[in-house]
Amino acid sequence: MGDRNGAAGHRLTYPGFLLRVLDRATDGTWRFYTWMFVLTAIALVGMNAWAQQVARGMALTGMSDHVSWGLYIANFTFAVGLAAGGVMMVIPAYLFHDRDMHDVVIVGELLAIAAIVMALGFVVVDLGRPDRAWHLVPGIGKFHWPISMLTWDVVVLNGYFALNLHVVGYLIYTRYLGRRPDPRWYLPFVFVSIVWAFSIHTVTAFLYAGLGGRPFWNNALLAPRFLASAFVTGPAFIVLTLQLVQRFTRFRVPAGAIDLLVSILRIASLVNLFMLAAELFTDFYTGGHHAAAARYLWFGLHGHRELVPWIWSALALNVGAAVVFLTPALRAHRAVLNGALVATFAGVWIEKGMGLIIPGFIPSTLHELVPYTPTLAEWKVTAGVWALGLMVFTVALKVALQAMTGEMRAPDAPPLDEAEEAPSHEGSSHAEVR
Amino acid sequence: MSDDPRPTRRVALKVLGASLGAGAFARALAPLQQIEKYTSPAEFLQKHYRELSRDELHAVLRRLEGETKNRYGREVTIRDIRPTEGVQFAYALNLSVCIGCRRCVEACHVENNHDRASHQSYIRVLEMEQGSLDMERGRTDYDHAVPAPGHFYMPVQCQQCQNPPCTKVCPVEATWQEADGIVVVDYNWCIGCRYCEAACPYHARRFNWRAPEIPADEINPQQSYLSNRIRPQGVVEKCTFCLHRTREGRLPACLEACPTGARVFGNVADPDSEIRWVLEHKRIFVLKEELGTMPRFFYFFDV
Repeated sequence: MGDRNGAAGHRLTYPGFLLRVLDRATDGTWRFYTWMFVLTAIALVGMNAWAQQVARGMALTGMSDHVSWGLYIANFTFAVGLAAGGVMMVIPAYLFHDRDMHDVVIVGELLAIAAIVMALGFVVVDLGRPDRAWHLVPGIGKFHWPISMLTWDVVVLNGYFALNLHVVGYLIYTRYLGRRPDPRWYLPFVFVSIVWAFSIHTVTAFLYAGLGGRPFWNNALLAPRFLASAFVTGPAFIVLTLQLVQRFTRFRVPAGAIDLLVSILRIASLVNLFMLAAELFTDFYTGGHHAAAARYLWFGLHGHRELVPWIWSALALNVGAAVVFLTPALRAHRAVLNGALVATFAGVWIEKGMGLIIPGFIPSTLHELVPYTPTLAEWKVTAGVWALGLMVFTVALKVALQAMTGEMRAPDAPPLDEAEEAPSHEGSSHAEVR
Repeated sequence: MSDDPRPTRRVALKVLGASLGAGAFARALAPLQQIEKYTSPAEFLQKHYRELSRDELHAVLRRLEGETKNRYGREVTIRDIRPTEGVQFAYALNLSVCIGCRRCVEACHVENNHDRASHQSYIRVLEMEQGSLDMERGRTDYDHAVPAPGHFYMPVQCQQCQNPPCTKVCPVEATWQEADGIVVVDYNWCIGCRYCEAACPYHARRFNWRAPEIPADEINPQQSYLSNRIRPQGVVEKCTFCLHRTREGRLPACLEACPTGARVFGNVADPDSEIRWVLEHKRIFVLKEELGTMPRFFYFFDV
């Protein structure tokens, strides 16, 4: 294999690889084309709404000087959690050498990539002046690092994006060439990415937790809670994805991987609920002004109850899902388990999306109570960013899995060798999983 | 699908699909063509205020005057007025005499070329219940004869904190504290993320949700770059203690409009100033002192 390691060799094979990726990415069944067509249509509707917002001003949104962040930043927060959640596959695969998880870990890494695209998208659509985004570029703009937490977020999100892009790209390329991946070229990056995954959600929590004027956010539990809920949504999304992969592709998903992810979900959903209980106790037992936002969220304040039905639905969805994860007789039914996965995904989306962002602004810093409802334009833009993220995820997954199964290989690649499927793991924790 | 017997046809279909997609994409983004209404190549490439040379700044000011003429139909003068060495501004407000008439709110609206449609102003007046400093029991939307019995009034505007949370969070240094203590925004550098608006504990910042509307004859033509010039769409703005007036020895518009003399403004570094006398002799307090923001805006009761 050494003969093809030279840079000259890659200069020849890499363009061929990219062409092949483009070909694979745009080829598929009628199901694939329909799915991509629908997503493209939604993304275009979103882009159009965003273009109008840029041209005519953010008055097209429901935001105001009282509630100055809304649906976009809520979804941004959730998307960062989704990106961080993928690490719950990377840790078992690489730190505990779980063989089953190792086979499918690339799904978690691809989810991280797609979710970061969404997170960055949600930041861009929230900017009043996206034409000035270059002011954020270190060197040519004025990057207020290390003082502004937002600059930290720019660093960690883009860094996490690059790390995952490198690891995934390298693995797919070597699979395409039919070579065994050289651990020196990806393992160090994998280990950095594990620490980095925690950093992206911690820094995102610090964006809010660092604001003394917003008592609802200004608490030390925010970052741990962000991580706990990220480890609910990430694995939940991946378990659903793996079942779709099993059904629609030739890729074989080991059952052990799904079992392990459900085990992780059991713990993470309980930790998330426990932290919620700790927060509710602190707010409501103490009472007073610091609980005003929590009162607005859970019970309504001065006749305003906009978020009350949402947050109780979120609680019901999360508790219901936790009960399913914890009850063997229930989770044994695939349909019930899948229902619980969807439920908790939606529950966390409400809870750490609108349920976290909006009460930070209601009541306002002068204790005024100005409600917020997203406009149709905001929903369009939000749906557009989600569609874009799902498109990235679908295409990336399609290409990656075809490389993994050997459906996409270089013309001169050596024949598939079972021994090369995955690096061997001594003392695999495989047996301990169930 | 790779074993398709007609690969060229397949490729042709893909190219067709991609072209249609690209066309739809261009169509979806077409509204972006309108942004030439508020930006230009010169505006796009403009450097940060503090990095502009004297000549560059001069060119920027003339360009902005031209843009104001084009868009709002009014000749204005936009100047760059710098802080004076040894001056430290502070503001004090006597809650015993404020009657809640909101003339300061109105004066700010006119002086600072605020959007007429939203009736924007940097000042909000809270009607408070006698015997409580609890803002939760105050309200800003009172609509009756003032002063109402059993109430006192507390105008709130930018507190010009010595430890401002808003400048800390700005990712692009578009807002900072000047040598005389005034916190300013470079409206041509702000990216509109509104992080400062979330960080401010005093609701002092405003965002331009759309381009401000002002009839030409209502525009205050005496403007400065860092304060009352008409702001662009999509950027954050705030009270600047009327620096275009105060840095030249005049008083803020809100103070001049006050009919009861509740407002005291001046240079605390000057031992003979009225503001210095108030800070030394009155029992003053600041809002949300526990946050450590160290406001330069003080409140006091006379009795």
